[in-house]
Amino acid sequence: MVSDDKHFSLPEEILSTRKVLTFLVVLALAGAVTLPAQTLVPPFGKNPVVLNAYFETGFDIPYKLAEEFTKQYPNVTWDIKQDQFANLINVTPRLLSGDNPPDLIRLPTMVSFAKQGLLMNLDSYADKLGWNKWPVPQMVQNRVGSDGIRGAGSLYAMGLNYSMTGVFYNKKLAAQIGMTKPPKTLAEFETILAKAKAAKLQPIMEWGSAKSGMGLAFPLQALMAAVGPVKPINEWIFNKKGATIDTPSNLKAAQMLEAWINKGYFPADINAIEYTDAAARFGQGEGVFTFNGDWQNPGYDKDLPGNVGFFAMPPDTASRGPAAMSAPLTYGIAAKAKNADAAAFFLTWVAINPVARQINIDIGGSNPGGPASAPAGKVAAGSVTNETLAAGVEVGKAGNAMDFIANATSAIFAQGWTPELQKMVGGKQTAAGMLKAVQAEYLRELEQ
Amino acid sequence: MKQRSFLLAPRPEANSRRPIRRELVVGWLFALPALAFYALFVLVPFLMSLEYSFFRWDGIGVMKWVGLKNYLTVFEVPVLFESIINAFKLVLFFSLIPVGLGLVVASVMHKVAAGTFGSVARTILFLPQVIPLVAAGIIWGWILAMPGLLNETLRATGLESWARAWLGDFDWALPAVGMIGIWVLLGFCTVLLATAIAKIDPSLFESARIDGSNWLQEFLSITVPLLRQEIGVCLTVTIIAALAAFDIVYVSTGGGPGNATAVPGIQIYILAFTEQRIGPASALAVLLMVLVLLVILPIQRLTREERS
Repeated sequence: MVSDDKHFSLPEEILSTRKVLTFLVVLALAGAVTLPAQTLVPPFGKNPVVLNAYFETGFDIPYKLAEEFTKQYPNVTWDIKQDQFANLINVTPRLLSGDNPPDLIRLPTMVSFAKQGLLMNLDSYADKLGWNKWPVPQMVQNRVGSDGIRGAGSLYAMGLNYSMTGVFYNKKLAAQIGMTKPPKTLAEFETILAKAKAAKLQPIMEWGSAKSGMGLAFPLQALMAAVGPVKPINEWIFNKKGATIDTPSNLKAAQMLEAWINKGYFPADINAIEYTDAAARFGQGEGVFTFNGDWQNPGYDKDLPGNVGFFAMPPDTASRGPAAMSAPLTYGIAAKAKNADAAAFFLTWVAINPVARQINIDIGGSNPGGPASAPAGKVAAGSVTNETLAAGVEVGKAGNAMDFIANATSAIFAQGWTPELQKMVGGKQTAAGMLKAVQAEYLRELEQ
Repeated sequence: MKQRSFLLAPRPEANSRRPIRRELVVGWLFALPALAFYALFVLVPFLMSLEYSFFRWDGIGVMKWVGLKNYLTVFEVPVLFESIINAFKLVLFFSLIPVGLGLVVASVMHKVAAGTFGSVARTILFLPQVIPLVAAGIIWGWILAMPGLLNETLRATGLESWARAWLGDFDWALPAVGMIGIWVLLGFCTVLLATAIAKIDPSLFESARIDGSNWLQEFLSITVPLLRQEIGVCLTVTIIAALAAFDIVYVSTGGGPGNATAVPGIQIYILAFTEQRIGPASALAVLLMVLVLLVILPIQRLTREERS
């Protein structure tokens, strides 16, 4: 699993689709109406503070924000350590329970750490710093109940930003096969894919190596939400009792993915392609489409300036509306952190300060979240970020946002989705068998 | 007086025992620091792993005794048991081929490539040993990728139908990882065996030649039997490398595709760190150690018998 997984950890915002709708629409509107920003009073005054932070390697956004924070509050400096996402999963429990627990840490998962009492309960900060007045869905994904189910309960993390996944496309290649605007239905999308194949173009660029984790989980989940309801998917991810991924509509989605594999819509060597290779190959013009998230926006803008478009996965019937995985870039505070107040202040500052919000858009490519009244910031003309932000609004209206199926348990991606989807690519697993195997692995892991 | 002189006279047994005891004490004192480190970093972790293997534990919370359940899990969960099978398949590539090929190469070098050329050849063959395995895994990942050197070469030579994503192919991923193992371990075996061949009395080869033996007869009748001890060392080291493989596999395939290259080392890592299931991870680790011993001890015994 590479760093991209960080954004895989989209969690559960969508228990209440109406809330998400409100959230995303309000965020979009916030750009048009700039209201006075929330006033910030740093808890550390002029005292020197060294924030002990643990970030994810490969993504600039937290580093740039930390740099700007020190620029604005020179008495705050940083002791930043970093690690790859996959390693973060492994070291986080020991970091949180160690002698020098981080004030701020990128959280790959949170339920077990919350249950083990390793993460600080942020409810009091939510009151004190005004987070509770922000659009509700921002926080929903970072809540953990006393029963260990996410989606409700106390707050254990905040998002540095809110990412959006969907279908990126190479505008020039798409125009070559007659696609002038994004498809509105799944059938339209499939017709375009067939045209791309017929034109001897690579229809979809995606990664699939076990080293990165299987990228086909992206189109699979998109298909699941395109042919069925998102609520059961989220319930499965949140470990609701009795939830299953092996549903009739998910089977239909898996069979469609299998058909796409058999039709050669994905690269023949997908099982050996890593995340960074797939992003680079798409950037070099290999692939009309690729399923990915908005964290890659700066990369795509750099590789194919003005030539990358984005749309949320279209549904099988227009009435269902587009769907997407969407989640916060989650950061938490260790239960025993020495500078918890300063860290919580930083999390507020990120969402409120106009410069920080602009950094989030420029470097992160994602929605900065925060209060409905916060300034939205400017997006460069021609940047694909314009389209990902717009798609976020559409998904919000449809109420079809989801967490990522790879986040259901800590190892479901490594032990379930990745090997089973790889087997499907290799013709060694059927769609039905894949869902059954993943469900069995899910139950095995939950039994622990 | 008589008695006195008798008492004063040095007793032969006491005289010889004192230096032995002294040597013994001094010897242990010299060994003590190393023993302390060995105990701290090898024996204690080993005993702790053994202990963990009987508990259900997430590495942080309360440990719960589960008896042999973790060991049963290893046999019940197919992917864990299959990883052990994969490790044995790797023995062919990491051990049998490098040792066999190393014998032939060392013998040929002894025959035709003495002097500077021989030294250069040995150095080149040994080079993979000094390259970090992680770097080796990454380099081979590039070579074996679809747009990589191997496939480009195949295409250039008209063998395009053979081009494939070697590390992502269900049939070829394990042999491809094995190839990296051969590349790494061949040099080690060759250098060790070449050094041993150089010690064989040249008159044996000379007499064989006078008797009309060819290279193959010399190889089978002189070289192989006289190198039995060194072959034992090579087999021991390389079989351990195969059964306890982790780095090469982790860096080149991550255990994929579809667990086709998953070995116990990878599964232990995932169980312990990704799943936070210290119990089954420790059980698999202990089983792996037992398996290694079961394979290695007979080889060691054969070598010892030969020596005596």
